[in-house]
Amino acid sequence: MNFDSTCPIPIAQYPHVLMAHGGGGKLMHQLLAEVFGKAFSNPILDTRHDSAQFTLPPGQVAMTTDSYVVRPIFFPGGDIGSMAVHGTVNDLAMSGARPLYLTSAFIIEEGLPMETLWRVVCSMRDAANQCGVQIVTGDTKVVDKGKGDGLFINTAGIGVIEHALNIAPQNVQPGDAVIVSGDLGRHGMAIMAVREGLQFESTIESDSAPVHEVVLDLLKAGIEIHCLRDLTRGGLASALNEIAEAAGVKIAVEHKSIPVREDVHAACEMLGLDPLHVANEGRFVAFVAAPDTASAMQILRRHEVAAGAALIGQVTEKSAPLVTIKSTIGASRILDMPSGEQLPRIC
Amino acid sequence: MKFLDEYRDGDLAQKLAAEIHRVTTKPWTIMEVCGGQTHAIVKFGIDELLPKQITLIHGPGCPVCVTPLEVIDQALEIAARSEVIFTSFGDMLRVPGSTTDLLSVKAKGGDVRIVYSPLDAVKLASENPAREVVFFGVGFETTAPATAMAVFQAAQKGLTNFSLLISHVLVPPAIEALMSSPNCRVQAFLAAGHVCAVMGYEEYFPLVEKYRVPIIVTGFEPLDILHGILLTVQQLESGRAEVENQYARAVCRAGNQPAQALVKQVFQVVPRKWRGIGEIPQSGLGLSAAYAAFDAAKKFGLTEHRVEEPAECLAGLILQGLKKPHECPAFGTRCTPEHPFGATMVSSEGACAAYYRYRR
Repeated sequence: MNFDSTCPIPIAQYPHVLMAHGGGGKLMHQLLAEVFGKAFSNPILDTRHDSAQFTLPPGQVAMTTDSYVVRPIFFPGGDIGSMAVHGTVNDLAMSGARPLYLTSAFIIEEGLPMETLWRVVCSMRDAANQCGVQIVTGDTKVVDKGKGDGLFINTAGIGVIEHALNIAPQNVQPGDAVIVSGDLGRHGMAIMAVREGLQFESTIESDSAPVHEVVLDLLKAGIEIHCLRDLTRGGLASALNEIAEAAGVKIAVEHKSIPVREDVHAACEMLGLDPLHVANEGRFVAFVAAPDTASAMQILRRHEVAAGAALIGQVTEKSAPLVTIKSTIGASRILDMPSGEQLPRIC
Repeated sequence: MKFLDEYRDGDLAQKLAAEIHRVTTKPWTIMEVCGGQTHAIVKFGIDELLPKQITLIHGPGCPVCVTPLEVIDQALEIAARSEVIFTSFGDMLRVPGSTTDLLSVKAKGGDVRIVYSPLDAVKLASENPAREVVFFGVGFETTAPATAMAVFQAAQKGLTNFSLLISHVLVPPAIEALMSSPNCRVQAFLAAGHVCAVMGYEEYFPLVEKYRVPIIVTGFEPLDILHGILLTVQQLESGRAEVENQYARAVCRAGNQPAQALVKQVFQVVPRKWRGIGEIPQSGLGLSAAYAAFDAAKKFGLTEHRVEEPAECLAGLILQGLKKPHECPAFGTRCTPEHPFGATMVSSEGACAAYYRYRR
């Protein structure tokens, strides 16, 4: 898809982003037209209005926003651009919505190589095409050198809800099956490995990917989904605790059923981190009515992005919020939210 | 995962637990010295598999926990200086001193960086000749050789912008201090396998002889710990008190001698204050005279101010095995990992933090 990987003229005359690229004059006009306009081109964006105008199909609408500040900008398995599309598409998917339109706002630190910006924008365009969404409006700001970390992106998204289910934590019920859509911890460990210069035998690639297709397939098949949650910062442990809290239920999961890739497990052991606390960018947990468990698993596993889906536990009762995990040696303990930032242990 | 899953096998764990039940006839109190073992015991629920007669006491072997407030305050003072790049293992960053913590110093503009090895700090020092790079050297005998190597290499390279804020501590003097306390309830010790991988286990023979207390060198995986407990109970039940090596796949009697030689060259044994316990004679490592130029406290002209711990905190009693975390009235309410009162709540390996995470 990356057919035009070099920067378009006349933007290429400026190897780095200057303050003037955000100054409202000719350079900014060029940047918008040659970089963002060219890459994201679609009939709504091409009108170059201050706001995008479109008609939504009838029914409920889902809306979300997220900011992306990942460092490094490029990492194994993705980059800030593709992530800014996947993350927002996935947030919409968690209410069972079909994602349609995104906005994109760039905060660029003066001096960012133009080539880098172009690569990110191309990656964003490819990800949007892959997800079947259009980037319909946007904004660009340039900040002084040292006032940003290269590049921050914010995206907001709108999707339509075409199902009649109430997908929300409050709808989680005793007996529900708890399913994760694949192996955990890859995104967080991929980033940490690059950031800290850690060398492993194999490269851990981020799991960053859109999951809306698989969710829409579950809905199409009539699976009774009670709740969906993407497993980003804080990982599975945070998601389960948030849902237990909101639903007033007890959730019991089994350690040996939770899929974690061997290299991720090894990296976590080395650094003293728990894979259940580590961030993902293409994984979600689904609470599904028990009778639908087998068909849900079948549908999930048909999709590459959820091929590693696993049934990890169930909602046991209405009670004071609690998440427990059965260890590999058969004892049960509390699975808590991580406290603050994940800090590697000393020894 | 290879070499790991084998030691977390559920069936074997149940078999070991059954054997412990079979041999236990009396109540016994066993202390696991190391915080890593405490963490594994609570995380895997090992204590739930044990007979009721066996009480595990969580010892003072968490380096983050026992680093005294005074030294943390020194770290904060150094880290706030504009010319300094302050480097530390990750979990020291959240530990509160008497007013703030390193994460907050970083938020206010201090250049505080996590390193995975002290040698990374030496590399930073050669890459940043105009800055002062300080490494926060904490930990037991396990991490001491790496810190010693960092100082040694910095000296070899002639780096004058590298220094060490040191608070290394030693296990045997801590066991001695615990055993000589009149309140001591401990009848046997699981010694920390990683410490012994470096030091060997010859230094435990005099302790075993003096206090008639079994010391079992034990690993960190569930099967290691259960096996260590089984060997301990077998000794206790038969009235023996010996040094025994459960962790033979990593530990030999003499330990890692090149590592010991390096530690001996760079450091000297000094008295050291332990957070929650107080000063223990000959229980720490300081820089030896030949390497005194690398002492950050001296370089930055810091003095040690005595600081009092919050009166409500029971960390001292917990570290000595006289109280369990949940017996503290502040546990989980006023004292949490986000707002720790003291030593045992600050690190994930501290007994209170382990209980908070897995047991509340």
